[in-house]
Amino acid sequence: MRVELENLSKSWDGVVGADNITLDIADGELVAFLGPSGCGKTTTLLMVAGIYKPTGGTISFDGQIVNAVAPKDRGIGMVFQSYALYPHMTVFGNISYPLRLQKLEKDEIRQRVQQVVDMMGIGDLLDRKIAQLSGGQQQRVSLGRALVKEPQLLLFDEPLSNLDARLRLTMRGEIKRLQKDLGITSIYVTHDQIEAMTMADRIAVMSKGVLQAYDVPEALYDRPKTLFVAGFVGNPPMNFFDVEIVQADGDFRAKSGGIDLVIPSDRAEKAAAVKGKVVMGLRPEDVDLVDDTSPATEGLTLTGETTVVEPLGREDLVQVSIDGVEMRVLVDKTKGVRVGDNIELAVNTTKIQLFDPETEQSLLWA
Amino acid sequence: MTTTEIAPSLHPAGPLTEAREKMGRRFAYGFLILSIVPILIGYAWLIIATLSIRTEGLLPRNAEGGIGGFTLRNWDFITDSAIWNAMLNSLLIAVAMVIGVGVASTAGGYALSRMKFAGRKGFLSMTLVLHAFKAEMLLIAIFFVLRWLGDIPLIGDYIGFNSVGGVALVMIALELPLGIWLMKGFFDNLPWDMERAALIDGASRFRVWWQIMLPQVRPGLAALSLFTFIAGWNAYLVPFTFTVGTKVANMPVFLSQLISDTAPTNWNQVAAVGLFQMVPLIIFFIFTQELLLNIYAGGSKGT
Repeated sequence: MRVELENLSKSWDGVVGADNITLDIADGELVAFLGPSGCGKTTTLLMVAGIYKPTGGTISFDGQIVNAVAPKDRGIGMVFQSYALYPHMTVFGNISYPLRLQKLEKDEIRQRVQQVVDMMGIGDLLDRKIAQLSGGQQQRVSLGRALVKEPQLLLFDEPLSNLDARLRLTMRGEIKRLQKDLGITSIYVTHDQIEAMTMADRIAVMSKGVLQAYDVPEALYDRPKTLFVAGFVGNPPMNFFDVEIVQADGDFRAKSGGIDLVIPSDRAEKAAAVKGKVVMGLRPEDVDLVDDTSPATEGLTLTGETTVVEPLGREDLVQVSIDGVEMRVLVDKTKGVRVGDNIELAVNTTKIQLFDPETEQSLLWA
Repeated sequence: MTTTEIAPSLHPAGPLTEAREKMGRRFAYGFLILSIVPILIGYAWLIIATLSIRTEGLLPRNAEGGIGGFTLRNWDFITDSAIWNAMLNSLLIAVAMVIGVGVASTAGGYALSRMKFAGRKGFLSMTLVLHAFKAEMLLIAIFFVLRWLGDIPLIGDYIGFNSVGGVALVMIALELPLGIWLMKGFFDNLPWDMERAALIDGASRFRVWWQIMLPQVRPGLAALSLFTFIAGWNAYLVPFTFTVGTKVANMPVFLSQLISDTAPTNWNQVAAVGLFQMVPLIIFFIFTQELLLNIYAGGSKGT
């Protein structure tokens, strides 16, 4: 099913939950709504579900405006963070509930429930009470209850947030596989950007009720259009510096305190028009420790003193103080960086992002 | 609880901690036993009194002042139809209250907890204020209301002044503020997501209330029912004020009629009637106590 949101807004007594959201979701696509808590992603989802009434704008399913359609008539299934199972019913009771409300034949109900529990691998739990299930099993039941209706649209509201890390990883793959196999259009709300990046076909990044960006994951990562998107997408987050772009000897240089970097002209030219300071963004993975194998080049290095070293296993996350400005970088752990070391970093300046500090819009991808 | 999991002990079970746990348990039981001794003595006294001509403390005395003088004469009232009539009236009032308060409180509590409508806040604060008025202050006003209700054709005789229905109606009204607030509190604690899930699954709002939300507040409803039943069973002031004569008297009013201003009162008989009045309450409690103790059972895990 195709879903279109047009200028969708929701506010309560002046408090804005969602502000002029416009986006479209193609048939069979999985779209993630990504943003910090209180950014309006769940509000938007609940409007799509029909639980909240929009205060402005329209929601269309396959070209039909459904603003006034009751939740039960929208052909949707929803999975909640709290699972929202009915504790007084068994697993069978929970999964069959939507079908019983449709007054289907007993045999058909039994058959369809069986089909879903086989798919979810919870066939042996049918007679259990909800309180007897683990979190992962509960989430499977919840997913089964959403799927048994054979919905046109699946809505996920942070479904994995209450699971432990290992289970989250398994369920992530499982949900994505199910969604692709069944080809059900899906909206997936999450605050976890790794979940969004790995699962979604497209990601809608939201902040303070406003849609910040809506694009495929790689584009959000490589070409962030706003400062917010740049800072929110990617882990560990991007570093930001207030710098001045100056032109000297045919080179563009970003200067500020201990920073003096040569910026590729195709990127710098777009920023040169801005008088005064701009915000320069640099991802922690776009630097390398200077040593014998990767020598330093003038204008492409930063030097500073390490203040924190956090081993992540494969790499070390190192916090460096560059003339008082803190920066986080990822360094190969075999280099053995220690706190207090003075290190020199080679910067991949072709990956540098530049933003207007006033409008917080990208100067490169506007 | 149907869960079979056993919570692992927080501490490794060494001999020292085991001994300490045993001590703690002994202390707890000792404290509980000590605190119920006075209550048990009171009941023993009551039971002995109902079976004797007269008592001195816990000791039954016969006419000569020696120990003895047991009799069943105090229980003669059991063969009198008046007490059975009073018991039936008490039962009618209590059951009507349980049903009336239960239905109105769960429906009203749900609406006040979950729905948005004009005057919701005002209604909530008003019920609180109304609860602050003691029944005694309202007796005269209620009297006029009941007189007026009695003039309604057909049903007037059942809900007006001097009728069991009228008494039940007044008692329900007086109990409702507490009931509604209590049930609203229980509904407030239920997750919205469960309700949303049911709406998406295809349930109407009424069905959500009846099939999904009500089962979650069952322990609360049981507690409220017990309170209400006891309040109805022991109701004295309202039935005493709005009924005349023995036909519509309930147990407490019947009991008060045994205490006469003009003839000497047989206190041992009063004790017997009092004990008799307690029997249904004890039966009612036996049937609801498991529900009451199960208040923490159910609910979704991990939220």
